[in-house]
Amino acid sequence: MNSTLQLLPGQIGHFFVILSFVSALVAVLSYAFAIKADEANQQAWFRFARTSFYLHSISIFGIVVSLFYIIYHHLFEYHYAWSHSSLSLPTHYMISCFWEGQEGSFLLWLFWNALLGLILIRTNKIWEAPVMVVFGLVQVFLASMILGVVIGEGFKIGSSPFILMREAMSNAPVFTSNSNFIPQDGNGLNPLLQNYWMVIHPPTLFLGFATTLIPFAYVISGLYLKKYREWIRPALPWALFSAAVLGLGILMGGYWAYETLNFGGYWNWDPVENAVYVPWLILIAAIHTMIVFRKSETALKAAVILSILVFLLILYSTFLTRSGILGNASVHSFTDLGLSGQLLIYLLVFTIGALFLLIYRWRSLPSTNEEVSTYSREFWIFMGATVLCLSGFQVIAVTSIPVYNSLLEAFGVSSNIAPPADQIAFNNKFQLWFALGVALLSGVGQFFWWQKIDKKVLWNSLSAPFVATMVISAAVIVLAKVGDIKYILLLTASLFTIIANGFILFQIARKSPKLSGGSITHIGIGLVLVGILFSSGYSTVISMNQSGLVYHSQFSEDMNRENILLWYNTPVKMKDYDVTYKGKAIEAAGFPGFIPMSKVSQTPDPFRVIASSDLTYNKKVYFTTGDTLSIDPVNTYYQVSYATNDGKSFDLYPRAQVNPSMGLIASPDIKRKLSHDLYTHVSSIPDPTDQKEWKEKSWDTLSIGDTFFINDYIVIFNGVSRVKEVEGVQLGQQDVAIKALLELVSTGKEELLEPLMIIDEGMIGRFPSTNENLGIKATLEEVIPAEGRFVFSSQHTQKDYIIMKAMEKPAINVLWIGTLVVMIGFGVAIQRRYSEFASMRDKNVE
Amino acid sequence: MKKFHLFIILVVGVAIFVIASTAGDASVYVSFNEANTMQAQGENESVHVVGQLTRNDQGTIVGINQSDKLSFSFQMVDQQNNVRTVVYNEPMPPDFERSEQVVVIGKMKGEVFLAEKILLKCPSKYEEKEVQA
Repeated sequence: MNSTLQLLPGQIGHFFVILSFVSALVAVLSYAFAIKADEANQQAWFRFARTSFYLHSISIFGIVVSLFYIIYHHLFEYHYAWSHSSLSLPTHYMISCFWEGQEGSFLLWLFWNALLGLILIRTNKIWEAPVMVVFGLVQVFLASMILGVVIGEGFKIGSSPFILMREAMSNAPVFTSNSNFIPQDGNGLNPLLQNYWMVIHPPTLFLGFATTLIPFAYVISGLYLKKYREWIRPALPWALFSAAVLGLGILMGGYWAYETLNFGGYWNWDPVENAVYVPWLILIAAIHTMIVFRKSETALKAAVILSILVFLLILYSTFLTRSGILGNASVHSFTDLGLSGQLLIYLLVFTIGALFLLIYRWRSLPSTNEEVSTYSREFWIFMGATVLCLSGFQVIAVTSIPVYNSLLEAFGVSSNIAPPADQIAFNNKFQLWFALGVALLSGVGQFFWWQKIDKKVLWNSLSAPFVATMVISAAVIVLAKVGDIKYILLLTASLFTIIANGFILFQIARKSPKLSGGSITHIGIGLVLVGILFSSGYSTVISMNQSGLVYHSQFSEDMNRENILLWYNTPVKMKDYDVTYKGKAIEAAGFPGFIPMSKVSQTPDPFRVIASSDLTYNKKVYFTTGDTLSIDPVNTYYQVSYATNDGKSFDLYPRAQVNPSMGLIASPDIKRKLSHDLYTHVSSIPDPTDQKEWKEKSWDTLSIGDTFFINDYIVIFNGVSRVKEVEGVQLGQQDVAIKALLELVSTGKEELLEPLMIIDEGMIGRFPSTNENLGIKATLEEVIPAEGRFVFSSQHTQKDYIIMKAMEKPAINVLWIGTLVVMIGFGVAIQRRYSEFASMRDKNVE
Repeated sequence: MKKFHLFIILVVGVAIFVIASTAGDASVYVSFNEANTMQAQGENESVHVVGQLTRNDQGTIVGINQSDKLSFSFQMVDQQNNVRTVVYNEPMPPDFERSEQVVVIGKMKGEVFLAEKILLKCPSKYEEKEVQA
C-alpha cells in the first residue's frame, strides 16, 4: 500500500464537479438565449448551448471515473472510499459503493439526466431549447449537492464525494498528530447491499426518477410556448417509459426486500417505499389523462397538472428521505448531510416556478363547458385517474406526518403526532379499496376505450366477461377458501380486469397487435393484485411455538409466538414438516453447493479455510482433504432440513451475515413451489463473539472398545493411531503424536472426536477435539501403557441452536408473473406512442 | 357542469375522510410517564416512546434479559430520563446491541412497556466518526 497521500484523483474529480456545475449553468443560459434569439443568431446559440451540455456530460463522466478510481484502488485517504468500501470487497460490489452514500446517489441521478439530455438533444427539433433549459436547471441543482464548496464562515454548498479523511474528521486525534495518516482498511459496504439486486435496483430506480423529468420538461415547455396540446405527443412515450422503469425499480426493491431482508414481505409501507410509490401512482394517472386529452378539456388540464405534480413529488420525496426529517418515523437510517436547506430550495424553486407559470397561463388553456357523457371513455378513464390520485394522496398524507410536526414547530406550536402504530395495517385498510376501484375501472374502462358504447351495447359486450368472471371467481373462492368479504370483492374485481382485458386483447391482437399495450398492461395489473391479495392476505406463519415453554409473565395470553427454537440435530414438528437444524455451512469459491462448517478447519486468515475431509457435490469430488479453500467469511448459512410425511426432504439455507460494524443481519431462504413459497429466516443465533462456558470436566479411564457418555451422547473409544503430521506444530525426530478415535453413535450421523496428544521428551502436549454443533469437547489426558488404558476428560456446553421463523406465502408467483406482463404491456405502448411522435417530427410538425 | 361539481364534492369528501382517519389513527410520541397516564385513563392506543439504551463503561448494554431466547427485555431511558423495562415478544433483533437510540411502539402495562415494534437507530456506517490508527 502506498504510504503517501494521492491527492490528484480527488483534485481531478473535484475539478469535474465544479466544471459540471458551471457548464450546466452555461447550458441553461445559452438555451434560454436560443429561444429568444432571432434567426440569424439562433444557430450560433444552439451550437454554444449544445457544446456546454456536452461538456457537462463529459464532466459528469469524469466525476464517475475519478470516484471509481479512488474506490477501485482502495485510496482510503478519501472519506468516501473509507466509509463505503474495504480491501476485501469484491469488484462487482464496488459499483454498489456509488449508491450507498448520498453523494454517490446524487451522482447517479446526474449521470442519468445527462444521458437522457443527450438523447433528447438528438431526438427533438423545436422542443430542444425549452426542454433543455429545464434539464439544465435540474442539473445545476443536482451538481450543487455534490459541490462541496465552503463560502465564508461555515456556509457549505453541497457535500463532495472527494473530501479526504483528514478533512472529514479534522478533530480525530490520528489526524491532528499526523495529517498524512492513511487508514489501513475501509469500513466496508453494508452487507445488505452485497447482493446482486442491489447492483441493479438503485440504477433502475434512479433512471425512473430521472425520466419523470422529461414529461415535466415538456409540459413546462408547452406552457411557455403556448403549445398546450402539442407537448403531449413527445411526452407520452417518455411518460410510459418512466412508468415502466419506475415500476420495475419499485418491484425490484420489493423483490430485494423479500429475498434479503427478514421482515417477511416485499412491501412495508415504509416512508422510503412510499416516496417512490406515490409519484408512480400520479404518473400512471397522468398517462391516462394524456391519452384522452384530445376529447376532454378537463383531461387536458388534468394532464398538465399531474405531469407537473409527478416531478414535484419526486423532489418532495427526495427532500423527505434525504433531509433527516423522517428521523423517528422510519426503520431506515437517514443521515443529514446538512443539505436540508439546499434540498428545500431545490423543491421550492421548481414548485413556485411551475405554479407561477401554470397560473399565468391558466386562462389561456383550452376550455369548454360541454358536459362529458357518462357513456364516454373520457369519463371512465378520468374516474380511474381520480382513484389513482386519491390513493396516492392517502399514502402521502400519512407519510408526511413528521413534516407536519416540523411545520408546526416552525410556527412555534409543539406537536407530537406520530405515524399510526401499525403503518402496514393502516395503509392496507385504505389501499385495498383503492385497488378495488382500480381493478373495476380498468376492466370497464377498456371496453369504453375500444367500442363506441351506449347503454345497450355496454351490457351486451360486458355480459360475457361478467359471467366468466363470476364462474371463475366462485371457483377460486371455494378452492382457496377465501372467506373475508373484502378479499372476495377485490379478488372478483381483479379477475374481472384480467378476463375483460383478455377479451379485448383477443379482439385487437388479431387486427392490430401494435395497439394491444393497454390491455396487456391491465391484465398484468390484475395478476399483480391477485398475487398481492393471496401472498399478503393469506400469508401464514407456520413456525408457531408449541414447545410449551413458559411465556413471559407479562404477556397477555393471546400473544402467540411466531418463532421456533431448533437445537442442533433435534427434529421439531412444524405444520407438515419435521424440521431439523443441521449446523452451519459456508460457500467457497469453486464449489457449487454449501459446505458444512464441520468439514473445514479455520486458518488465521479469515478468507481461507482448509478442508478436513473430501468435499463432494453430486458424487463429484471438488476438494480433497488438506486443500485450501477461499471463502467470504461475512456469510454464514444455517442448514435446516425439512422432511415431509411421504419421505421426501429438502434443505434450506437461511443466511446470517456477521459484520463487525453492524452486528448480525439475517437473510431468508425461500423454497419456491408452484402454488406458494416457503419463506424462512433465522431470527436469532448464539452470539458468535460470546465465549462459551464449558461445564466441569468429567473423567473416564477407558480400554479400547469401551463405551462411555459425553453429556447425553454415547461414545465408543475405537482405538488410537499414530500421526505423522500435526497442523501448525513442528514435530521433532523424537516426538510422538497419537490420536484417539472417539465415535459418537447416537447423533444419527457419523461424527468423530479425535483428541491429540504429543509427547516430546517427557513434555506432554494435549490438543482437545471439539464438536461445536453438539457443544462437546474431549481431551486425551494420560496414557497408562502398563494397563493399556487411556484417561479422557470430557466437557460439555450449550448445544448450537437457531431460532427460526417460517411462513407460507401463497400465489406469490402470480405477482411476479403479473409484473412481467405489465412490463411487456408498457413496452408495446411505448413503441406505438414513440412512432407516432417520430412520424410527426419527421414531417417537421414537431 | 352539474356532474363535474358532484364529482368534485365526492373527491373532496374522500380526501376529508382520509385526513380525518389519518388524524384519528395517528399515534403520538410520548414519555413513559405520559404513556402511564394514558393507560391509567383507559386509553388503549399504542404510542411511540423515543429513548436511549444505557451502556456501562465497557460499552455493553445494561439490563438485557433474554432468558428464553424467544423474547427479550431491556432498560430504556426516555427523553425525560425515566427508566423503564421494555418487553418485546420477539427474539432480540440482530443489530440491537449496536443501536443507541431506539423508538418503541406499544403500550404500558403496569410499570413495564410492552413493545409491539422496535425501530432501531444504528450508528450507521455513514455516521461512523471513529477511525483507528
